[in-house]
Amino acid sequence: MKKLINNPEVVVEEMLAGLEAAHGNLVRKVSDANVIVRKGSPVAGKVALVSGGGSGHEPAHAGYVGEGMLDAGVAGAVFTSPTPDAVYAAIKAVDSGQGTLLVIKNYTGDIMNFEMAGEMAQADGLQVASVVVNDDVAVENSTWTAGRRGIAGTIFVHKIAGAAAERGDSLEEVKRIAEKVVANVRSMGMALTPCTVPAAGKPNFTLAENEMEIGMGIHGEPGTHRDEIRPAKDVVQHLMGKILPDVPYVKGDEVAVMINGLGGTPLMELYILNQEVRAILEEEGIHTYRTYVGEYMTSLEMAGASITLLKLDPELKGLLDAPANTPAFHQR
Amino acid sequence: MNTARLTELILNLGQVIEQNRDYLTDLDRAIGDADHGINMTKGFRAVADKLQAVAPADPAAAMKTVGMTLISTVGGASGPLYGTAFLRAAAAVAGKADLGRDDLLTVVEAALGGIKERGKAELGDKTIVDALQPAAEAIRSGLQSGAPTAEVARQAAAAARKGAEGTKEYAARKGRASYLGERSIGHQDPGATSTTLMLEALASFLEG
Repeated sequence: MKKLINNPEVVVEEMLAGLEAAHGNLVRKVSDANVIVRKGSPVAGKVALVSGGGSGHEPAHAGYVGEGMLDAGVAGAVFTSPTPDAVYAAIKAVDSGQGTLLVIKNYTGDIMNFEMAGEMAQADGLQVASVVVNDDVAVENSTWTAGRRGIAGTIFVHKIAGAAAERGDSLEEVKRIAEKVVANVRSMGMALTPCTVPAAGKPNFTLAENEMEIGMGIHGEPGTHRDEIRPAKDVVQHLMGKILPDVPYVKGDEVAVMINGLGGTPLMELYILNQEVRAILEEEGIHTYRTYVGEYMTSLEMAGASITLLKLDPELKGLLDAPANTPAFHQR
Repeated sequence: MNTARLTELILNLGQVIEQNRDYLTDLDRAIGDADHGINMTKGFRAVADKLQAVAPADPAAAMKTVGMTLISTVGGASGPLYGTAFLRAAAAVAGKADLGRDDLLTVVEAALGGIKERGKAELGDKTIVDALQPAAEAIRSGLQSGAPTAEVARQAAAAARKGAEGTKEYAARKGRASYLGERSIGHQDPGATSTTLMLEALASFLEG
């Protein structure tokens, strides 16, 4: 395992210290918790947005803390949901009396830990609501699973709900808007290589030279199935074949697109994927309003990518267009 | 069992978890994200620090410390689940200075109830429950039969082991392994395994 770290036991702490040092004009770290909050927190007169999850998905989520997006990002151990006291510390640091919305990715651990923290905050008299993101279409949403996972589509929730909170919308409104994004966003990913959790020392699965893994999530777990490596065109065809029918996204729709690198894939390849995605959307008569290409929600050094589509309406478009100023996401 | 002995048992559980850190992590690598052993070890080390720093007042206080510590250090799903289990166990024996024979059932059933409520899993979902529920049933019938406590604990451990190994046969319906669908078949559930290891450690402890 080749990593540029000092000690697996302190990767999260050192990462957060480095992030704070780089972006001290925008964010600061809470003193006794692995939480990054917007400078000037609690920001008066607005609903606070708190999200987070296991580390290893940088820039998610601390990278999205700042004006127009999150008020706090909670960093658990690598690939491990943060504990309730960390989320509780985040809520306390950013709640300005207008309530807090927790943006939770749909994983058993995330849900339990964030809910427990919400209960702790409510016991203090704070208003806490939550929304669960489950954009990954790879897994059938059924009673036979823990439900669909939350992956890169979460960034759209951060941006759009963040904009609503920034302009002073109420907690009920921010939650409604966040739920609307969740209802209209879908994603799916694939991997060319596995990743290695620093403390584990070896990769989470092995792929032969000619293999790719389809439908895995962002925690290095195996996906829905394995296949021989195909050209980008075929990969995109497969992923879009699962994403498009799921809402469905149809002729005349307007979408935002995110081509998300999982950490080990060059930007060159992400752009190649994007032109394949664009070709399919045009064939389908779906208009692309905005495109985001880059690393938004990674899985350590996994090579691979995910595609996310968000169906837009005038309300979502306006909020997507609003400015944002965070370490990882800038928009004027 | 008095507080001092319970504390010793808990430290023992932590050692067994730590000894099996890589094994549990490997199980979690196959159908999860390879951190169960790592996180549980971290949690139990913190538990050992807490219990050695301040001696708990009674068995309930000891188990409450375990629960709160696991919740605030382990993370993932295991933290809330095992944390809740120990908190419920603590509440079930609140005020007692000594744990008697029947408390073995009280504590395990409270733990099981907490886990099922927090995790919303039932028998057959391929989780901790698939080890802990058979163990609770074995304790109930073992106590009724009049067998010595250590023997009852051993029967519970065996039932848990059987339940945990049995999880290989079916697909997971809860937690991260459920995303794998049929691919989770053939792999033993990490949570059911850590539960089994703890119950086996309990049996060994009582056998002296």
